[in-house]
Amino acid sequence: MEESRLRVLTPQVIAVLVRRGADFAAAEDAVQDALLEALRTWPENPPRDPKGWLVTAAWRKFLDAARAESSRRRRELRIDAEPAPGVVGSTDDTLQLYFLCAHPSLSPSSAVALTLRAVGGLTTRQIAAAYLVGEATMAQRISRAKRTVAGVRFDTPGDVATVLRVLYLVFNEGYSGDVDLAAEAIRLTRQLAAAVDHPEVRGLLALMLLHHARRPARIDDGGRLVPLAQQDRGRWDTRAISEGVGILQRALARDRLGEYQAQAAVAALHADAQKAEETDWPQIVQWYDELVRLTGSPVAKLNRAVAVGEADGPRAGLAALAELEASLPRHTAARAYLHEKSGDVEQAARLYTEAALLAPNLAERNHLTLQAARLNAAARHRSG
Amino acid sequence: MAKFLLLKHYRGAPEALNNVPMDQWTPDEVAAHMQFMEDYAERLQANGEYVEGQALSPEGTFVRYDGEGRPPVTDGPFAETKDLIAGWFAIDVDGYDRALELAGELSAAPAAGGKPLHEWIEVRPFLAAPVTITE
Repeated sequence: MEESRLRVLTPQVIAVLVRRGADFAAAEDAVQDALLEALRTWPENPPRDPKGWLVTAAWRKFLDAARAESSRRRRELRIDAEPAPGVVGSTDDTLQLYFLCAHPSLSPSSAVALTLRAVGGLTTRQIAAAYLVGEATMAQRISRAKRTVAGVRFDTPGDVATVLRVLYLVFNEGYSGDVDLAAEAIRLTRQLAAAVDHPEVRGLLALMLLHHARRPARIDDGGRLVPLAQQDRGRWDTRAISEGVGILQRALARDRLGEYQAQAAVAALHADAQKAEETDWPQIVQWYDELVRLTGSPVAKLNRAVAVGEADGPRAGLAALAELEASLPRHTAARAYLHEKSGDVEQAARLYTEAALLAPNLAERNHLTLQAARLNAAARHRSG
Repeated sequence: MAKFLLLKHYRGAPEALNNVPMDQWTPDEVAAHMQFMEDYAERLQANGEYVEGQALSPEGTFVRYDGEGRPPVTDGPFAETKDLIAGWFAIDVDGYDRALELAGELSAAPAAGGKPLHEWIEVRPFLAAPVTITE
């Protein structure tokens, strides 16, 4: 019963210890020890101020460990540095933890694991299960990450963009199971948005909510991919959509556009259409123009070409595609789609087959194979 | 119990008897094949013989060390003649006979015309650590 409450408090307590001068890895160990003690003693003797209790207990554990391994002189310096006990603030400290976990010296996969562990308060076993790797592997990854940031101090704030990238990575894993990483990423981004006033944080939160709202319609009961145009819009989560749209509008009003706000704007335009045919493609093209201007990302260019195909017709879309590297992910799939739209069924079928072989995951491969089979069957039907 | 790997091949294995490329099947035939694969994995999971299953991308590159300070030699994507694994099932079963039986079932996955694919499935035993005797 205490577990979810402890999960929220964990990062706050780690952050307090780190601000008091504890090394990150030592702080984390001390907090884990304090959590064990909490689970043991709280059921019989619940504290009035759980966070204060945890901070005190964890700080004591940390000092015990520090005493055991360092000289008397260093220990005394540490005790001198101890602030007077009292109410501890929370949001700014947790924010620093986000920056530490997204530190540029960490690889993306390490940053993700450390964020889930230190900020999200997930157990190593939960993170391992979400990433479909063994617990020992994940434990190694986390302890290596902790060693990497061991000497990092928090005097200067980190880069919000790096933190957002890590949170978006977590979101995009999105496994369902013991831990739904998409939901976890939304929870953490909400927390971040409460702590830091930055339009792009709101933009990312809006983007996640809008994507997440469509999730129930994206895969059918047989586990097969359902393309946006064919999704049952009745299965979209309208509450998440209106929350996402509201957050996005307030962010856009600040007039500091960034890539996440632009992506969220595209998602909002899709969410806004009652039927696929009502999608405002010309406006989507404009947002992709902004996105390309902001990031120069080839993926944004590819998506833009597909949107042009919807707004101005398949020939215009194919012309836009032709200007891009053919080796881009999903380039062939996009060509197949636009050729089909333009009525060139034979070419489309051939390209769908080719795209299936290049697909990055099984659901997409199966979907593309089915498209090819569908067009080939139709062609046979016509010819004889 | 003994572990075996059931390997499906893109290329390199003898050709399946009912060898029609998947994009030439009808959509229903494709769907039936995919359903079979799902059901197969689910059935093995239900009776405790499933270890793991994965599909692989057809992309593949051979890499070789080429001496100190030099970039590794790469060869790929695969040329047409090379053996190419499409995916695998790892199973944990009572013995070799049961592994053959399951591989046979996998090979009978429905294909074009609703008839079995008759695909060759490679069965490879895992080399395990020696059994520990505690007494």
